[in-house]
Amino acid sequence: MVQVSMTVNGRASSGEVEGRTLLSSFLRDDLSLTGTHVGCDTSQCGACVVHVNGEAIKACTMLAAEADGAEVTTIEGMANADGSLNVIQQAFQDHHGLQCGFCTPGMVMSAAALLKENPEPSETEVRDYLEGNLCRCTGYHNIVKAIMAASGQDVSSIAAE
Amino acid sequence: MPKDSGIGASTKRREDVRFLTGAGNYTDDINIRGQAHVYFLRSDVAHGTLDNVDTSAAEGMPGVVKIFTGADFEAVGGMPCGWQVTDKHGEPMQEPKHPVLAHGKVRHVGEPIAAVVADTLAQARDAAEAIVVDISDLPAVIDMKAAVSDGATKVHDDLTSNLCYDWGFVEENKAATDEAFDKAAHVTTLELVNNRLVANPMEPRVAVGDYARGTGDHTLYTTSQNPHVIRLLMGAFVLGIPEHKLRVVAPDVGGGFGTKIFHYQEEAFCTFAAKACNRPVKWTSSRTEAFMSDAHGRDHVTRIELALDAENNFTALRTETYANMGAYLSTFAPSVPTWLHGTLMAGNYKTPLIYVNVKAVFTNTVPVDAYRGAGRPEATFQLERVIDKAARELKVDPIALRRQNFVTEFPYATPVAVEYDTGDYVATMDKLEEIADLSGFDARRKASEARGMLRGLGVNCYIEACGIAPSNLVGQLGARAGLYESATVRVNATGGLVVMTGSHSHGQGHETAFPQVIADMIGIDESMIEVVHGDTANTPMGMGTYGSRSLAVGGSAMVRATEKIIAKAKKIAGHILEASDEDIELKDGTFSVAGTDKSLAWGDVTLAAYVPHNYPLEDLEPGLEETAFYDPSNFTYPAGAYACEVEVDPETGKVTIEAFTAVDDFGNVVNPMIVTGQVHGGLAQGIGQALLENCAYDENGQLLSASYMDYAMPRADDLPFYQVDHSCQTPCTHNPLGVKGCGEAGAIGSPPSVVNAVVDALQSAGKDVTHIDMPLSPARVWAAMQ
Repeated sequence: MVQVSMTVNGRASSGEVEGRTLLSSFLRDDLSLTGTHVGCDTSQCGACVVHVNGEAIKACTMLAAEADGAEVTTIEGMANADGSLNVIQQAFQDHHGLQCGFCTPGMVMSAAALLKENPEPSETEVRDYLEGNLCRCTGYHNIVKAIMAASGQDVSSIAAE
Repeated sequence: MPKDSGIGASTKRREDVRFLTGAGNYTDDINIRGQAHVYFLRSDVAHGTLDNVDTSAAEGMPGVVKIFTGADFEAVGGMPCGWQVTDKHGEPMQEPKHPVLAHGKVRHVGEPIAAVVADTLAQARDAAEAIVVDISDLPAVIDMKAAVSDGATKVHDDLTSNLCYDWGFVEENKAATDEAFDKAAHVTTLELVNNRLVANPMEPRVAVGDYARGTGDHTLYTTSQNPHVIRLLMGAFVLGIPEHKLRVVAPDVGGGFGTKIFHYQEEAFCTFAAKACNRPVKWTSSRTEAFMSDAHGRDHVTRIELALDAENNFTALRTETYANMGAYLSTFAPSVPTWLHGTLMAGNYKTPLIYVNVKAVFTNTVPVDAYRGAGRPEATFQLERVIDKAARELKVDPIALRRQNFVTEFPYATPVAVEYDTGDYVATMDKLEEIADLSGFDARRKASEARGMLRGLGVNCYIEACGIAPSNLVGQLGARAGLYESATVRVNATGGLVVMTGSHSHGQGHETAFPQVIADMIGIDESMIEVVHGDTANTPMGMGTYGSRSLAVGGSAMVRATEKIIAKAKKIAGHILEASDEDIELKDGTFSVAGTDKSLAWGDVTLAAYVPHNYPLEDLEPGLEETAFYDPSNFTYPAGAYACEVEVDPETGKVTIEAFTAVDDFGNVVNPMIVTGQVHGGLAQGIGQALLENCAYDENGQLLSASYMDYAMPRADDLPFYQVDHSCQTPCTHNPLGVKGCGEAGAIGSPPSVVNAVVDALQSAGKDVTHIDMPLSPARVWAAMQ
């Protein structure tokens, strides 16, 4: 067993885990942060994306022990301080960028990482960046639109209601 | 002017807030104190006799609670099939036994052989590695036509062959159909494959069984589209638990697309094992397990023939389809290639004679069942491909040929047993031609060609049957369940309402859309209405969500229950206002006496129902809660016209979707934003089928596509922005909302337009290509061009 300590959503968190424990399992099972989802076992689906030291990481590809000492942000840490939806979350609701909600945490975390490195991405840049995030409900249309809207771009010309 | 609330408003979804903040409650988020975990040891061969399963070394491994094998389930029932098809000779289909854990034989890769329950999942997995399984391999039955040839190895030794049924529809039409073909001026024939798919909701299946020793109550938490159906099937047919001692909960469910309709072994196992181990037992599917245990979809091989007269009128249609059932009959598998497929073969056209033959075949593969559209995509694909081929053979415009043969008068009784109540196929095609700018296609093609690319346009129509029901009809067709829907509407004393629905939302937005309807009926704010679903303990017996039925059937039940509420509330208001309830009007949440200024607020009446001081107690019970069960009189028939424009790279065969336009007639629309989103998702799955997705087995029955490394899921950069329109609305005539259903349309209507477009592109370059089987991968398209 290994002792791990990290800061998760601004709070000091620690636990004792088997060496093989994935960061996704540690977050879900040990810290009860069940917003981080696991949708595959080959690091393809991206439902488990979190930020580790400011970078988007698939939490199923990292051992909990590797994140020892890190600053981790999960979907539970994304809302504004007053609990309201942040700009990206609000754009997903406004533009119907989610249906079943299972891929959504990973989508929001990836979108946040994208907008940090590219504050005004084109449609192509958004689609390329989401290569590692699968959604089976939305057909991506409204996700791409929501992310572009969250970046402050005018998306009114993109077809929808 | 768009509405800002009620029916017709694009109300933002209230459920989004919890999903966007990580506060959803999916089944895998549920952990019960003291729970153990199960790991299933699954067959890695497709077909073989199970000679021995030695668990002795595993029993003593750390953390192991108990290990189960097929022998532990001999005393319980097998997995039931919910639909019995009668073959063309009037005989019932062949129905094999389907054990919870394999016993005697294994019949597909992924079939569970043993189940290890341990303190942790890691311990269960470690112990499973110590189980020794002896299997004597048998030849794998994979190819459907070989499976039904003489001397083929049998998947089930106790059945006479691998043929589940040989179905003819309508058998009485066969001779006349054959005769029409003899007289035809032109016959177009097409052989095609509808590729096997895996539904792949992003949330893998999960089951948590719990047993209360003190009361003898069982609870199953599961990723289901229809918890009541699971309770009925598992309780009555598998485990023998009466419904009042069994609660099934399907909380937030991360997508279904059909594959979460069915009752699975893992659900029965966890419920059974929780009692046997006296501990909660949890199973969470890995994605690889999902590929080899979730029911697959499609997998039809079809020969279709279309007969036309000298004026290009369709005179007859004849099909022969081999439909893969897999190794066992999944819950509703037999209905998919028959009643959900044959009945739609008329499409949008007035073809007078149709004969459909379907041979359902057992193979050593994962069971196949309903996947988004279920039978209707297969029907649409064949029909719209053969019409396109006929147009090219006859050198007529494919759109003109369709228009010429459209059904234009309603109601229309097809020769395949169903009656379309409403539709306007001319209007949807007109709209499509307008908004897809089809007149500008030639210029776009030239622009593509100037860049060295081939451009193709594919157009098609579709019709589907939604809101599956009515019960008395489906009963005659072999369903072993009713197909009504239920709702209880509970009004609280202070005026808020709770709708307890038998429908289930797993992405469709019921929590938002259902209140829009009631808000309009009463004239109160949507926020005063809450929807409860997914728990058999607090919802009336309902059949769940599939077949685009939630609003058409579940919504109608809710309307009926609300009508009862309003009728009773008017009696209460009439008593207080000292007027006849017939003179009471309800508008904007206020009861008033017609022609007077006397009125009462909604909340005053609801309070009186629970504080009945001034109340007609001798005539009326206190309280304000009503239940309705709604069983529709017909299916609904959404229809539409789709256009796809592709570019094909002649150097590589890569197909790119340049534009996709979907025009749908869904009847009335409650929340346009949600409906548009449903179409988007359906289009992505249909385009995925056409270009990317394929579930492949090798000749030994090894599943070659068992992860996202091998199964090509559509990604954001594979798909375009779509243009979606549902302004053509012919309301359904037989449900109170006039709605038709929108969940499956995109997946049904899009594959043929993609393939039609690619064929068009290749023919524009002079290639003699009339068909390519899906998925249209670069390799297949490039090969077709050579």
